Amino acid sequence: MNKSSSNQQSRRALMISRKVFSYPYLIFMLIFVVVPLVMILFNAFIKDDSFTLANFVTFFSQREGLAILGNSLVLGFATTIICLLLGYPVAYILARYHVKTRTLALLFIVPMWINFLIRTLAIKEIFMTLDVKLGMGTVLFGMIYNYLPFMILPLHTTLTSIDKSYGEAANDLGCDEVSVFARVTLPLSVPGIISGITMVFIPTISTFAISQYLSERTVMLFGDSIDMMFKLTETWGVGSVMSLVMLVLVIIANVLLNRFNKDTTKGGGLV
Amino acid sequence: MKSGRVTKALSNTYLALILALLYMPIILVVIFSFSGNSVFSFSKGLTLQSYIMMFRSVKLVNALKNTLIIGGITSVVSTILGSISAIGIYYLKPRWQKITLSINQLPMINSEIVMAVALMIFFITLRIPQGYPRLLLGHISFCTPYVVLSILPRLSRMDPNLYEAALDLGASPFTALFKIIIPYIMPAVLSGFVMAFTISIDDFIITQLNKGETGIETLATCIWEDMRVGGLEPYWFAVSSIIFVLVLLAVLLGNYTKNTREVNQE
Repeated sequence: MNKSSSNQQSRRALMISRKVFSYPYLIFMLIFVVVPLVMILFNAFIKDDSFTLANFVTFFSQREGLAILGNSLVLGFATTIICLLLGYPVAYILARYHVKTRTLALLFIVPMWINFLIRTLAIKEIFMTLDVKLGMGTVLFGMIYNYLPFMILPLHTTLTSIDKSYGEAANDLGCDEVSVFARVTLPLSVPGIISGITMVFIPTISTFAISQYLSERTVMLFGDSIDMMFKLTETWGVGSVMSLVMLVLVIIANVLLNRFNKDTTKGGGLV
Repeated sequence: MKSGRVTKALSNTYLALILALLYMPIILVVIFSFSGNSVFSFSKGLTLQSYIMMFRSVKLVNALKNTLIIGGITSVVSTILGSISAIGIYYLKPRWQKITLSINQLPMINSEIVMAVALMIFFITLRIPQGYPRLLLGHISFCTPYVVLSILPRLSRMDPNLYEAALDLGASPFTALFKIIIPYIMPAVLSGFVMAFTISIDDFIITQLNKGETGIETLATCIWEDMRVGGLEPYWFAVSSIIFVLVLLAVLLGNYTKNTREVNQE
């Protein structure tokens, strides 16, 4: 009796002590992730040392800044959709015909080990040799090239983890290949599609460098202009407003995608 | 059956096409690493100049050194911090666990440029010394979440009875922690370590905005500075080619050893 109660006590003490392991990290993350983001929020309302909405007015009244945001969103959507359309078949074929040869799947991510700036430069050289005019089209190509592996990877993970017997069962029950895909494989791969989209969309609109380089600085994306704003201390305020806009976009994208993800796992009616 | 074979052939052609697209720029870089130029032309003929220049460049050696030091320290600190925290987070009450995990997600879902400017404002406001202190703190803060996320699933697969059994057999909580939990999560700790190292050495945006004026360059920022100021130094083609060949060899060798192991097992 006595022994067991002391045992219980030490266990409770332990539950507390194990929990405590997360505190230093929590504090670290609060300081280095949350506080800096709060500082952006704060900076957005500061101009000439006073609390004001001027920075918001500046950003939302400039047509140029809004046009850049619009362009970035369009480019982001286009890149994401094309990456999905190109990448899904790759992941599907790999999962269907090449389950055992993991090396083949790895070959699709080897290019990520070469610095993206070098690869972007190589693409630019190819376009120059082919006499293609640098602009929105070449930027789109560069983005797709750079982010395609990020789409293939999560799709591949999800598709290979789907239990083959679902498809076989559907087959036995009279489904043809196409409807097995449409009614079994595709719905089950939604989590992979979602994480692929998040891994492509947000980085595309916020990356700088690729767009500047592949367009001879004629195409500016939102990431490029945020970077520009923080080069001078005077424009930090407007830059902070733009960062907030970006942050809101990130949150909206994640909330939407998470909701979609939950709906399908709950209401799929498959399991 | 025959249509199945046609589909398979078509599928493989598609894979080959996408691979060709992904590898074409890199293969051209490898080819032109023998041109002594950083543009696609053999105006200097076939030469090993790029490879020779690689060894002579102080800038390159420094950038490589900085990248490895930052990547090394970051991955060690992130792994230790991340492993301890993952254990702590796993035993938090569900509500707190959810909150902690949301904060943990922030650096992963947030756009890199926003993280970078946020850190920049933070470091400048608090007057954190430029150079390594800023870069290391920044890198640790965006690498650790990946370590945590790689360890948590492993912890949830662990049989809680193992730990209880150790306690019943008289182990102290700390002995049980070091003899049961930590060995069990070790594979996930290792993969978290590799992930943290890879993400750190690959980072461009956060490093670029927080390196300040100390002249500290990593490989990525060094390439960017080079590209902006009058064209890339040709030795970068040589460096990239070497990395490419090494990674490709590692992947292919990994496959080869795995296959022979499987054959031996049979």
